[in-house]
Formats: sequence, structure tokens, C-alpha cells
Amino acid sequence: MYKHMIGKSSNKVLNTIERGAVKKFAESIGDLHPIYSDRDYAKNSRYKNNIAPPTFPRVLDFGVIEGLILPKSGLIHGEQRYHYERPLLVGEDIYCYAKVVDSFEKAGANGTMYFLAIDNNGEDLQGNIIFTSTIVMIITEEVRKGMGI
Amino acid sequence: MKTLSELQIAASLDPIQLEPVSRLDLIKYAGASGDYNPIHTIDEAASEAGLSGIIAHGMWTMGNLSKLFSPFLEEGFVQDYTIRFARMVYLNDVITLKANLVEKAGEVFTFKVAAENQDGKVVISGVIKFKLY
Repeated sequence: MYKHMIGKSSNKVLNTIERGAVKKFAESIGDLHPIYSDRDYAKNSRYKNNIAPPTFPRVLDFGVIEGLILPKSGLIHGEQRYHYERPLLVGEDIYCYAKVVDSFEKAGANGTMYFLAIDNNGEDLQGNIIFTSTIVMIITEEVRKGMGI
Repeated sequence: MKTLSELQIAASLDPIQLEPVSRLDLIKYAGASGDYNPIHTIDEAASEAGLSGIIAHGMWTMGNLSKLFSPFLEEGFVQDYTIRFARMVYLNDVITLKANLVEKAGEVFTFKVAAENQDGKVVISGVIKFKLY
């Protein structure tokens, strides 16, 4: 149902890895390691800086993919993948963008299941990839009907 | 503390058992992540969606799971993290986080990772590739 969208991207959006956001995020997942929020600990660490937990990009703005219509409710998160070249550093500015990478269907017991894979990537200001990530979403036949498409 | 690089194949990291999932946990995650889908925080929204109660954000569980590796960040970092969401996590579920070393290829250690509920059922599972410096 999203085959025509494959290859479509958002514009790149400038994001800052904000200190307060990282601290709050690490706390919300109960990851209280000082590398995420303690400045003195970080100075003496190999990173010389606080870093963000691997799933922190959930917080970032990846922009809007024009023409991509998702159901308002009933979207199922099937899979999530991250690949890092290095950890994200607190305080750094990065460019983020989203891109539709796959759309396919599978027959299920309760009708067709529609799969949609979107990449959410982050680059440094020189355009070097820091991380790539893929979210795989599942839309059931019932939810698709509710969307009227 | 043990270093990660000393681990042998089939060794496990010390598992972590979380406190029973509370509504406040999920409200905090909603606020921190910006994911305000009400099926994670509001009973009526969950029941309208056909659920027996509010469910944890899949990403909350995935976020929790990677903290098994936080003590080893001086040695390396999480290079790849892949998760499949298998079951819903409900209020008061007691989640245990596990990681088991399955492969060592040069600087990259591959772990099978999973979060299980109080019935021993896997709620999320996947792979973490930890790259040593």
C-alpha cells in the first residue's frame, strides 16, 4: 500500500543532542549510568563528553515525508534496528532525515498485513553518517479499512 | 568489575529484573520520548483499541534492554541493535533483561538479547553487536 512511496525522503532537519533531553530520556528507561548525565564522569571517560543511549534517536525530529499518510491509531511497531558508527555526543548538532525504504504485504489469518519500513538517519554537519535506523511498521487489514484507503 | 572482552562464548551478562511496570514509568517515557500515543497511558484509549489495559511502549522495553551494556562503554559501544517486538507488556508485568554472547568476530561481540515477562515469555528479542575499541 506504500509501494509508490519507496525512495521518498524528508528534508534534513537540524537537531541538537540536548543535555536535558538525554538525562530525562536515560532516566525514563532506568539507565542511570553517569556517562549519560554526569559532566565530571564524562570528562574522565574515553568520550570526554556525555553520550546518549542507543535508542535516544526516538526523541529526534526526522522531518516530514510529503504524501506519507499513516493511520491515526492501530499502527503496530514490528521491528526496530539501529546501526552506529559511534555514539551520539551530548551537545552536538546533527542533521536527521527519514526515508521510505520498503513496503510489502503478507497474507495473515485475519487478512492482509501491510508492512512499511522507514529509515531514520543522522549525519554530522559534514554529511558523515553517525547512525542509521529502521522502523518496521505493520498495518492490519482492519486498520487500513479504517483509513478509508 | 568483569570486563566484557574477557567473556567467553555462551556466557551471559548479569540479568536485570525491573520493578513491576507502572503507569508512571510509561508517563515518564511518553514525556521523555515524545510518544504520547494514549494506549500507553490512558485506560479508555487502550480499551477502545481492544486492549485489556494500557501497554508499554515497545521502545520503552527496547530502551531498558540496552542498559545491560552501559557498564562496558569504556570498552566499546553498541554498534548494532536489532529488535523484534513479540508480545505486549502490560501494567505490573515484571520484565527481566537478558544478554547472551553468541559470537566473537575480531572486535565485534554479538549477543542475543531478550526481555521476558514473569511467565518466562519473550516480549522482545533481538541482537546487539558490541564493538570493542
